[in-house]
Amino acid sequence: MMLSIKDLAVGFRTRRGEVQAVRGISLELAKGETLGIVGESGSGKSVTSFALMRILDAGGSITAGEVTYSGIDLRRASERDLRTIRGREISMIFQNPRAALNPIRKVGHQIEDVLRQHARATRGNAREKAIQALRDVRINDPEARYYAYPFELSGGMCQRIVIALALACDPRLLIADEPTTGLDITTQKAVMDLSQELIRERGMASILITHDLGLAAQYCDRLAVMKDGEIVETGPAEAVFANPQHDYTRRLVEATPRPDASVRSLLPADRRPPELEYTPSDQPLLEVRDLRKTFAGKAGPVHAVKGISFTVNQGQSVGLVGESGCGKSTTSSMLVRLLDPTEGQILYQGNDLAQIPAEQFGKHPLRGDIQLVFQDATDSLNPRHNAGDCIAEPLRRLAGLRGKALRERVEELAELTGLPANLLSRFPHQLSGGQKARVGIARAIALDPKFLILDEPTAALDVSIQAVILNLLADLRARLGMSYLFVSHDLNVVRLLCDEVIVMQDGAIVEAGPAAQVMTAPAHPYTRALLSAAPRPPERVLETEPLAEVQSAL
Amino acid sequence: MSAPLRAVLWRILQTVPVVFGVVVISFVLTRALPGDPAVYFAGAMADAQSIEEVRVALGLDQPLWRQFFLYVGDLLQGDLGNSISTGQPVLTDLAMRLPASLELTLTALLLACAIAIPLGVLAAVRQGSWVDHLCRVLVTAGVSLPTFFTGILLIYVFYYLLGIAPSPLGRLDFIYFEPPRVTGFYLIDSLIDGDPETFFAALRQLILPATTLALFTLAPIARMTRASMLTALSSDYIRTARAAGLSGAMVLFGYAFRNALLPVVTTLGMVFSFVLGANVLVEKVFAWPGIGSYAVEALVVSDYAAIQGFVLAMALLFVFLNLVIDLSYTLIDPRIRFAAK
Repeated sequence: MMLSIKDLAVGFRTRRGEVQAVRGISLELAKGETLGIVGESGSGKSVTSFALMRILDAGGSITAGEVTYSGIDLRRASERDLRTIRGREISMIFQNPRAALNPIRKVGHQIEDVLRQHARATRGNAREKAIQALRDVRINDPEARYYAYPFELSGGMCQRIVIALALACDPRLLIADEPTTGLDITTQKAVMDLSQELIRERGMASILITHDLGLAAQYCDRLAVMKDGEIVETGPAEAVFANPQHDYTRRLVEATPRPDASVRSLLPADRRPPELEYTPSDQPLLEVRDLRKTFAGKAGPVHAVKGISFTVNQGQSVGLVGESGCGKSTTSSMLVRLLDPTEGQILYQGNDLAQIPAEQFGKHPLRGDIQLVFQDATDSLNPRHNAGDCIAEPLRRLAGLRGKALRERVEELAELTGLPANLLSRFPHQLSGGQKARVGIARAIALDPKFLILDEPTAALDVSIQAVILNLLADLRARLGMSYLFVSHDLNVVRLLCDEVIVMQDGAIVEAGPAAQVMTAPAHPYTRALLSAAPRPPERVLETEPLAEVQSAL
Repeated sequence: MSAPLRAVLWRILQTVPVVFGVVVISFVLTRALPGDPAVYFAGAMADAQSIEEVRVALGLDQPLWRQFFLYVGDLLQGDLGNSISTGQPVLTDLAMRLPASLELTLTALLLACAIAIPLGVLAAVRQGSWVDHLCRVLVTAGVSLPTFFTGILLIYVFYYLLGIAPSPLGRLDFIYFEPPRVTGFYLIDSLIDGDPETFFAALRQLILPATTLALFTLAPIARMTRASMLTALSSDYIRTARAAGLSGAMVLFGYAFRNALLPVVTTLGMVFSFVLGANVLVEKVFAWPGIGSYAVEALVVSDYAAIQGFVLAMALLFVFLNLVIDLSYTLIDPRIRFAAK
């Protein structure tokens, strides 16, 4: 065995005593094998990899167990020995590639630092070798990129640099910690395919750490599923995905959005309330006509949105899909009237909202009708306001509610969004990701809006929480009759909630139509590229539980 | 090379309105001060006529706008006017006194940096250790002890009790001669003159006031160094660097420290500008013939030319300092270079 981990336990000293992040896990990795460690946030999957590299944050330490790499005891190895192992034998690539690179050092020099450290290059040939490392990760024009700073490169390009850095000294084991989180779906595919190819070419072993079970199943030979610092299931990737043995794995598999799922089927089988009746009308609520937005850029005007038109009917859900930079966020900012369009009309029930300047819309009577659920539930809540205050804010400002009426409405909203009333006095940092998402939704629906824009509302959430929030959104739509504009980069998620899908690229709509049609028979090559870039996990055994049984269980 | 050069020129051009604003404001403010210089300089026994004569002699009988134009006209020719209290051209006075203040302030800052930056870095690297605690104690003491108090305490201990420091009376003991004037900095001038004896005499005089000031300026620098080092050390790129097996020194200085430097330079600039104007107390305690005490004396007697000259000199100095800081930003952080284009 190349790497063997036996009963590894990792603890962190905190103010409230020691916290066990990893509680006795055992793993083995053979030469040339690819292992996926899958788990949700807080499962200890990243801590495991930091522990075996011995780069735990301050306060963290291995409290028990053995880590052996090719006969070397990594737990007891000296810092000096570890330094020769890190980068030369075992390398890592990280989440958020832009932050993972030194922001004020040329990327070529950063690669040189690693080459020189491990005596793979001399002062004379370091530049040449660094450029070769860039060429190996298929970077165009590596001679020019050598002099680039991370902020001058795209996210996908930065991740290639990180990979080049990690592979510069031909390590034998690569650990990839959420390497594609935050990247666009086509970039994710490119990065994953590239690293898989390089790993195979060089006969390396690798560990892929991810929250995305589908991604892990596609790229790994073997999977280990982690929960609360323990491994709950291991096995060949296909077997784990197709026929999960442990309850938790099953829940994860079910919660992973996939082409054949419905929004209810993401929930655990024993917790699926019947779907609520929901019928969109064919009365238009919002009509967008030739909407344009041009920003003044340093190198001439930037056309962020180039004349788009579409309609959202009452009670209808429309998905707006595209990759970063396609103009979908600019569009949603204009629709929610936080940004003034350069040209075009936004007809809401016949009124042209584009005529009302964004600064004045805050006082407009229609403000309450059009609301937004933000992408980042944490950053969009005032850290000094508790959950109740956050929800009460629009009620106090726009509806003028005070005292008892206000409190009752806040409690009603909390109940509607499934937020326990005793959490209303907590501050955002005391809430979990899912609870913060509920607060954000409760705040957005506080004024009974007719049109709700959801800007990647589940992008930062774990899949099981995402499943719950998506179901909540589906229920709220049925109960309150709202129209949704669901902005996302993930077609599989959009499809779960939306009747219509609009695909945007470079500020223009390239395809629009009923969700089922766009998903199954995409007409535009870009839509096809998006669909084919989504991770394709192995086919799984469909559950054949009769519907009646599910309903009687409730 | 032309793009950075243009950025620098543009940056210098931007200071022109600032300097003009300072000229206007200092002129108006000095006129708005209570007290009539004519009355003061005419003497206690003067009658209305002799006061009027002094007023005419000083040009104060002219309307305000006329005075202003005369002042600006002189200014453009490099004439700051004469100080009525010292009787010398203000330019000469400033040339005498500004180097004294600068020498003191710069020495103090160098001393403060030499202690505060390594201390802050060590405190961040060994968080919670004795170095960290020492850093905290020094920072607290530095900000809470006023300079005149530390100054007097140092004089009491090192001059009065121990007798190892020279008497705190200015830049040079009276038994030495001033070194021939080149830069106005005694330490440098005495070295140019090849006179080590004077150099050490000047240094001995400088140590106590410089230490006093350094103790005061050390606090914000050490605190900022520690905080920004902690931020840098916990960032993702440090983890990448460690995972790539880079050596401890490389991670600490090549990666973390350079990133932590930006806020430290900002603080340094602020501290420098603040101290240069605020070291009057130290100058008074050590009888240092600096620009701070000059300005206070001028202010007391409504010596318009001297005050205006002082304010203008300080403004130019700040403008220059900010320019240097901005330029050093662009050297440290490529992202700013990009934005400046």
